[in-house]
Amino acid sequence: MLKGRHLIDPMDLTVEELESVFELADKIIENPVDYADVCKGKLLSTCFYEPSTRTRLSFEAAMLRLGGQVLGFSSAESSSAAKGESVRDTMMTIASYADICAMRHPKEGAPKVAALNSPIPVINGGDGGHQHPTQTLTDLLTIRALRGNLTDFTIGICGDLKFGRTVHSLIKALSRYDNIKFVLISPEELRIPDYIREEILMKKEIEFQEIERLEDVMSELDILYMTRVQKERFFNEADYVRLKDSYILDKDKMTMAKQNMAVLHPLPRVNEISVEVDSDPRAAYFKQAKYGMFVRMALIMKLLGVEKC
Amino acid sequence: MLKVDSIERGIVIDHIAAGKSMKIYKYLNLDEADFTVAMIKNVASKKLGRKDIIKIENVLDIDLNVLGFIDHNITINIIENDKIVKKLNLELPQEVSNVVKCSNPRCITSIEQEIDQRFRLVNREEKLYRCIYCDQAYDPNKQDI
Repeated sequence: MLKGRHLIDPMDLTVEELESVFELADKIIENPVDYADVCKGKLLSTCFYEPSTRTRLSFEAAMLRLGGQVLGFSSAESSSAAKGESVRDTMMTIASYADICAMRHPKEGAPKVAALNSPIPVINGGDGGHQHPTQTLTDLLTIRALRGNLTDFTIGICGDLKFGRTVHSLIKALSRYDNIKFVLISPEELRIPDYIREEILMKKEIEFQEIERLEDVMSELDILYMTRVQKERFFNEADYVRLKDSYILDKDKMTMAKQNMAVLHPLPRVNEISVEVDSDPRAAYFKQAKYGMFVRMALIMKLLGVEKC
Repeated sequence: MLKVDSIERGIVIDHIAAGKSMKIYKYLNLDEADFTVAMIKNVASKKLGRKDIIKIENVLDIDLNVLGFIDHNITINIIENDKIVKKLNLELPQEVSNVVKCSNPRCITSIEQEIDQRFRLVNREEKLYRCIYCDQAYDPNKQDI
């Protein structure tokens, strides 16, 4: 039963609970009209303390397509945080107005603080370089749709693996499915944090390798998950400039890949995937964005405990 | 040699690393106690060389869990009728609150000071604790309690 629960970390949901969300998403994709009014009279609050296009708009689109309404703010400057209000106080106020809240915050753990002080479900829409569980639901639904299941494949994850919150959430979530091999491609400085390596991959004895060059492994991958080197996660500009172009996917690299490999990206991209790759049938990142809206529709329904009329 | 009387009933917290008793006094909120407490510093010890001891008289219901996090060498003796009736083995607590601070500059606790600093045990064998908000590990080698 997911009604009334929070989603702060991808591990907050069991594999069975995730599957129930995906099954509902499948039904919504198949027949969206049937779900157009299920959240009538419900309010989603989007509390975004830092910029976002996809995540905030996909939450809002999801709620509007379910017949609900949205309110919120899209930067810390346009909220009482600018006056020094705490996350706790903001959350307790929002809970008086809305039925469910999606929160993004530059500081890690802020949505957890909100959840600990909230009588309404809180969804983590990304917290610093920490976690981004609804992107993970999006990624899992996309892989499941493209491959038919979430087992038995090799996934290459490329780019900023140190600060990329989508990567941390994805590895954690995929670690619970069978026979998945991880190839982690990044500069040494941007490798996955120790807690992901030691407490997830090594502890569960999951096969993984950490390498520096994308070309060396392209032919082995069933999924290639590209990420952006995020400027805002760096403490200094020089490091960012030195590393940002390290890994760019272009047509030449795609010739080395399997014919059925799928390219995913949480978006927005800067230049890590050349525009020329967009027309390749293996490019799945815009489909992925659409799955993101459907999976958020399913998640909102589950956390609110609403069902199809 | 300084003599501190034995207690007839109460708790003796022994084998505290020398110099750490004041911190333990604080974490157990003994500064707010209305019962008798004796803190003895730098006692000669075969095991530790020097150690601190805290004796608490006539009180047995103190939550001592946090001591397992602070120093697992500490021993606890429960005294009744002038005799040790029980020796408690300290276990690592599942969670500690406001004992250590998160060292991650990106953690929400770094900017909102009123949030409780909470760490949960994630690996008992390795005595590993992580911030419940951002997952930052507590490193006893870098952060003094």
